[in-house]
Amino acid sequence: MARLIVHQERIPDHQELINICPFGALEEQDGKVVVNAACKMCRLCIKKGPEGAMEYVEDVKKPEINKDEWKGVAVYADHVDGTIHPVTFELIGKAKEMAAVTGQEVYVLFMGNEIRDKSEEILHYGADKVFVYDKEELARFKIEPYTAVFEDFIKKVKPSSILVGATTVGRQLAPRVAARMKTGLTADCTILEMNENSDLSQIRPAFGGNIMAHIKTPNHRPQIATVRYKIMNAPARAESKSGVIVDCDMDQEMLSSHVDVIDILPKAKETFIENSDVLVVAGRGVKKEEDINMLRELADLLGGQVACTRPMAESGWMDAKYQIGLSGRTVRPKLIITCGVSGAIQFVAGMNHSDTIFAINNDPKAPIFKSAHYCLVGDFYDILPKLIAKIKEKEGV
Amino acid sequence: MKILVCIKQVPDSNKVEVDPVTGVLKRDGAASKMNPYDLYAIETALRIKEKTGGMVDVISMGPPQAMQVIKEAFSMGADHGTLLSDRRFGGADVLATSYTLAQGIKSMGEYDLILCGKQTTDGDTAQVGPEIAEWLNLPSVSNVVSIRMFEEDGITVDMDLPDEVEVAKVKFPCLLAVDKDIFQPRLPSYVKKTETKDRKIQILTLDDMTDQDELNYGLNGSPTQVQKIFPPETNDKKEIWNGSGDMLAKKLFDKVEELKFV
Ligand SMILES: Cc1cc2nc3c(=O)[nH]c(=O)nc-3n(C[C@H](O)[C@H](O)[C@H](O)COP(=O)(O)OP(=O)(O)OC[C@H]3O[C@@H](n4cnc5c(N)ncnc54)[C@H](O)[C@@H]3O)c2cc1C
Ligand SMILES: Nc1ncnc2c1ncn2[C@@H]1O[C@H](COP(=O)(O)O)[C@@H](O)[C@H]1O
Repeated sequence: MARLIVHQERIPDHQELINICPFGALEEQDGKVVVNAACKMCRLCIKKGPEGAMEYVEDVKKPEINKDEWKGVAVYADHVDGTIHPVTFELIGKAKEMAAVTGQEVYVLFMGNEIRDKSEEILHYGADKVFVYDKEELARFKIEPYTAVFEDFIKKVKPSSILVGATTVGRQLAPRVAARMKTGLTADCTILEMNENSDLSQIRPAFGGNIMAHIKTPNHRPQIATVRYKIMNAPARAESKSGVIVDCDMDQEMLSSHVDVIDILPKAKETFIENSDVLVVAGRGVKKEEDINMLRELADLLGGQVACTRPMAESGWMDAKYQIGLSGRTVRPKLIITCGVSGAIQFVAGMNHSDTIFAINNDPKAPIFKSAHYCLVGDFYDILPKLIAKIKEKEGV
Repeated sequence: MKILVCIKQVPDSNKVEVDPVTGVLKRDGAASKMNPYDLYAIETALRIKEKTGGMVDVISMGPPQAMQVIKEAFSMGADHGTLLSDRRFGGADVLATSYTLAQGIKSMGEYDLILCGKQTTDGDTAQVGPEIAEWLNLPSVSNVVSIRMFEEDGITVDMDLPDEVEVAKVKFPCLLAVDKDIFQPRLPSYVKKTETKDRKIQILTLDDMTDQDELNYGLNGSPTQVQKIFPPETNDKKEIWNGSGDMLAKKLFDKVEELKFV
């Protein structure tokens, strides 16, 4: 049992030590500092507390596993009806980097129905082996049969690390698999680094992105991590194929389920600006109502929506539900491009936590430039058409 | 219908900062509250109970002060509460947390339906629910955005998928992790709060579990270990771009491409 021992005599100031714990796990009881159940054993108190005040002891050591029995980096191919989610290719790219450190192979696990032909596509991205489970029971994502196939794959192939896209499917499948294998799972990693001993350094944001945590799975295999879409870089698609497809079979009985998929419905297109990853904002710099179409075209190309400042909503050019700010909506998109917005405090209050802020304004003194990460001093009537042309050229529209 | 809702106490604010010099975390006070996502799970349970009758219990794992969120659940309408609290549960990662909760649930009896929130605001993994289901060998559905039908043998729900919605019928017993906005959570009622003021909360420790092996709980039962905690790279960089429309359009395009939006 690993635990922390508190050496009371070495604590000059109780409150100072208690304050170090980010989890509120240190408290004072009868004049002594004690560790409560909130402790996450992050051991910050040992590192940052007064010398020798906190001590970490491990009475019984768990036997060490043989890491050499587990080899390779596996990627779960996320897909619907064989259309592979692009996060899969990004993860293959990352897996190749990771596998290069230990000189091991990259595997892809692809399960579904009538997907055999579609698995060929994966060979253009540099995986060494694609393990295909092609079965009627796997036509639709259902938690029990999908977990069973994953288990079968892990037991047969014994990959050292597994990457799963943090899609709505990956986020429920990965934990079931991790619990079945009694191993660790780290969610939403933003940085992954392979060590030579095959331990994976998994770095993820915690506390709403205010701090980063570095997590390891030192004595369990496989080590499983989920990664969100658009975090890693996808490799370019090679003209030629490489690697092999391995057809897999398993006990049919394992594929039964208590879930019946009754229907698949198209999703209503999201209209709330709060849910958009990308926003293009129209301010009073927009001269005519029809000019908003230019912003809309850009937003469509970026997969986002148009939002506006209050004067634009008041003029009736846009509906009030698209207004950002104190008297409008608060948004936190990944990307926001403001066009002709001065950046009044009431507006900025509704968007200044956005991940990346671009502001286009022809007044170099506009207050919006205080909040923006990229300040484009210029006329958006000049810039946007050129930007739109470039994007269309790239997308081949 | 016996329904169990898993609820967690989380810090009131996730405004923690790391002091860049000392590396020590600075917290914005130590106040705690119910994980906001779990309010939706409680509301869902109460709505089902209002239709079918039965009982809504809540369970939480955490330090003794987590009794606070169980009391809050009482004042919303929950019937019984259990807290799993033991120093030996400390330092638990997702696997050990879900194992402890599953052990606790087993010792409490059989439930037709277990509900979890989508995720917590501190752990923020959305993994505990599916892992509890795995330990209890139950079918599970996450991202439940609405309930369509309630029948004797199962429940039909809408599951949110990246580009579509899957309508699925799940047989009881099962576990659902519900999304935000499935129902608007009610406010705690003052009357209920007064009525339940003295209601007992069952406290379970490791000694009450079927599996008494300490190595399966807390830090010992956790495959993952936090190596260190550090501040993120801050986004306080600022670039000012002047120049012709052509040049600005090109720079903007390059940046948007680098950020993978095109
Ligand atoms: C109580 C209260 C609540 C409020 N709540 C909100 C709110 O919720 N949301 C909100 O938005 N406002 C709100 N406001 C209003 C707010 O104070 C500002 O008036 C408003 O945000 C200004 O909108 P704007 O930036 O679009 O217009 P302006 O302030 O007129 O700015 C237009 C900008 O566009 C630039 N520009 C013009 N032409 C071009 C061009 N061709 N290319 C590039 N740049 C160009 C100009 O340099 C200027 O900086 C509130 C005000 C009050 C008093
Ligand atoms: N300590 C806990 N006690 C009770 N329920 C929990 C606990 N941790 C997580 N949960 C449940 O699991 C869900 C997902 O949590 P997480 O995986 O931490 O994001 C929460 O919304 C709760 O319903």
